[in-house]
Amino acid sequence: MNDPLPPSSALRALASMNSDAIGGPLASDLPKARTGITGLDEITLGGLPRGRPTLVCGSAGCGKTLLAMEFLIRGATEFGEPGACITFEETEKELAQNVLSLGFDVDRLVREGKLAFDHIHIDRREIEETGEYDLEGLFLRLGLAIDSVGAKRVVLDTIESLFSGFSNMALLRSELRRLFRWLKDRGVTAVITAERGDGTLTRQGLEEYVSDCVILLDHRVDAQRSTRRLRVVKYRGTNHGTNEYPFLIDEHGISVLPITSLGLQHRVSTERVASGVTRLDAMLGGKGYYRGSSILVSGTAGSGKSTLAAHFADATCRQGERCLYLAFEESPDQIVRNMRSVGIDLRTWIDKGLLRVEASRPAVHGLEMHLAQIHRLVGEFEPQAVVIDPMSNFADSQYSLDAASMMLRLIDYLKSKGVTAMFVSLTSGGHALEATDVGVSSLIDTWLVLRDIEAGGERNRGLYVIKSRGMKHSNQIREFVITSGGIDLLDVYVGPEGVLTGSLRAAQEAREKSAALDLEQEMKRRQRELERRRTVLAAQIDALQHEVRVIDEESAVQLEQFRLATNSIESDRSAAARRRGGDGEKR
Amino acid sequence: MSNESMNGMASGAPTGENAVANLADKWELRLYTAGQTPKSVLAFNNLKRICEQYMPGRYHIEVVDLMQNPRLAKEDQIVAIPTLVRKLPEPLRKIIGDLSDTERTLVGLQLRPRGP
Repeated sequence: MNDPLPPSSALRALASMNSDAIGGPLASDLPKARTGITGLDEITLGGLPRGRPTLVCGSAGCGKTLLAMEFLIRGATEFGEPGACITFEETEKELAQNVLSLGFDVDRLVREGKLAFDHIHIDRREIEETGEYDLEGLFLRLGLAIDSVGAKRVVLDTIESLFSGFSNMALLRSELRRLFRWLKDRGVTAVITAERGDGTLTRQGLEEYVSDCVILLDHRVDAQRSTRRLRVVKYRGTNHGTNEYPFLIDEHGISVLPITSLGLQHRVSTERVASGVTRLDAMLGGKGYYRGSSILVSGTAGSGKSTLAAHFADATCRQGERCLYLAFEESPDQIVRNMRSVGIDLRTWIDKGLLRVEASRPAVHGLEMHLAQIHRLVGEFEPQAVVIDPMSNFADSQYSLDAASMMLRLIDYLKSKGVTAMFVSLTSGGHALEATDVGVSSLIDTWLVLRDIEAGGERNRGLYVIKSRGMKHSNQIREFVITSGGIDLLDVYVGPEGVLTGSLRAAQEAREKSAALDLEQEMKRRQRELERRRTVLAAQIDALQHEVRVIDEESAVQLEQFRLATNSIESDRSAAARRRGGDGEKR
Repeated sequence: MSNESMNGMASGAPTGENAVANLADKWELRLYTAGQTPKSVLAFNNLKRICEQYMPGRYHIEVVDLMQNPRLAKEDQIVAIPTLVRKLPEPLRKIIGDLSDTERTLVGLQLRPRGP
């Protein structure tokens, strides 16, 4: 059989072609300077405008300074572009401390001549303005900082502080205009940070001067959870992503999570992984899930979702592979205890280091932090499978949009890593079974639904496969039984009243058994009757054959008698002829 | 305003925002410029005039051209040009501009209390 999927090398080539396109002629002819910040280069299709100033604005504490610093530091460390930084608020020491936790050693970079800092401190109380002046000192200091390291990148953080230091607004504005022109003339790629104003992008209207590229950062708290967002407000002369992208700050700096940046170029595997339930594997084309696919297990409360997930984790570890189990409802010990009751021993795998159970409440962090945590755990532990139990906890009403985009990013991320991911989703009573709270079902490759089947005063579990991409899968509902030996799938009875499960199924089984018994007896009776008729016929055949034999014998006797009779007549005649002396011999 | 009244106001006043310098002190002033610009020349001339008037013989003016030595701009925290720094008497004061506003210059040098 031909492999329906193109070989992975072709896919890789396709992916690299597309990544080459970023920043290439397809994106824009505008030269760009890569920031090295995860995700930002994708959104801006290659980075910030080279040789031009970029304005980064946002309210206090939204990460402006960090973004600027990361741009500078990554430029110096990854792209061989030294940087100069003029700070107006924090001293070099404070800045170095702030980014040290992100693994950036600013002091070393300064010693190596890759970065230059200058802290401009303006205290209005010790300054008296007495007439005409200009900000030539600022230009000189900036020039000095640039020249001392041959800087290609410049950060001014936060230049609006000048406005609190000087009172001559008209002069300040003309000087700022001169400054931005000067920066352009120097050909440095600059990042200028500014505080967000009331109803305007920046408090002092800096966007008037810096018109090439404006990036807006935002820090919102919804339902007591905070999410940071980034948006490219404008980027003259080039395409760019226009959405609001969540970003997060973790120990590796900023990472913007552009939903679309990953594209759909991840490699796919035709390898299959066991679900841990033999009958379920059989339902999925006989082999289980695809490696690297996303599996959604949705169902109502108590339908056995976690047990199914635990089976998968168990099966993964059994193969000697690592599994990361992210629990948002139960503690690791509780999971281990509960799963032991159904015959799954997760403790062994935890002790062997194959299984890692990480439990936290969804409300502990904002979504971004959860995502960051998952990224970090996946990066550290490098699991082949990830279980998220449940993901529906992230979605409360006003938050579902974010949760959906977060899940989207997570699914993309795990897929790109080739990690098989199982998401458990609780369907609340009022919703349609096919509706996941988080609304990611379209991204899922294999979707299993566990449902309660209420009939005959009982509640039983049923399992069926809604979809499973790229494989032949069963369309049957299976009864799902949790025994002390784990999950078992049984055939369900479909009768006139619908699907029968539990004791109804047992009753049906009994009914069918007795019906079968009746049938057998009937069959035997008929067999006996036929046998009898056969015997009768055989007897008749015997009798007839006997008759035939009698007739044959009689016929033989008659023939003999006739022959004897004929002979005697002949001899009589010749005797008579002799007696007459006749000529009988002459004839 | 006479010298006596200024001294009177200075006595007992704390060295703060509205403190007035003691005229008996030795004055050390430094004027930061960036090249021979009209503003710098004007500032120097204005400074000279004020010094001659208020502290004859007790002042020393040093002109620093940051074009020649830009490193000093960083070390001495200079942004605006021209900037006059009163190094002595303490505390350090910075006065920016061409010093054409004599009233404000005197306030900046703490030769006169800040107006209401």
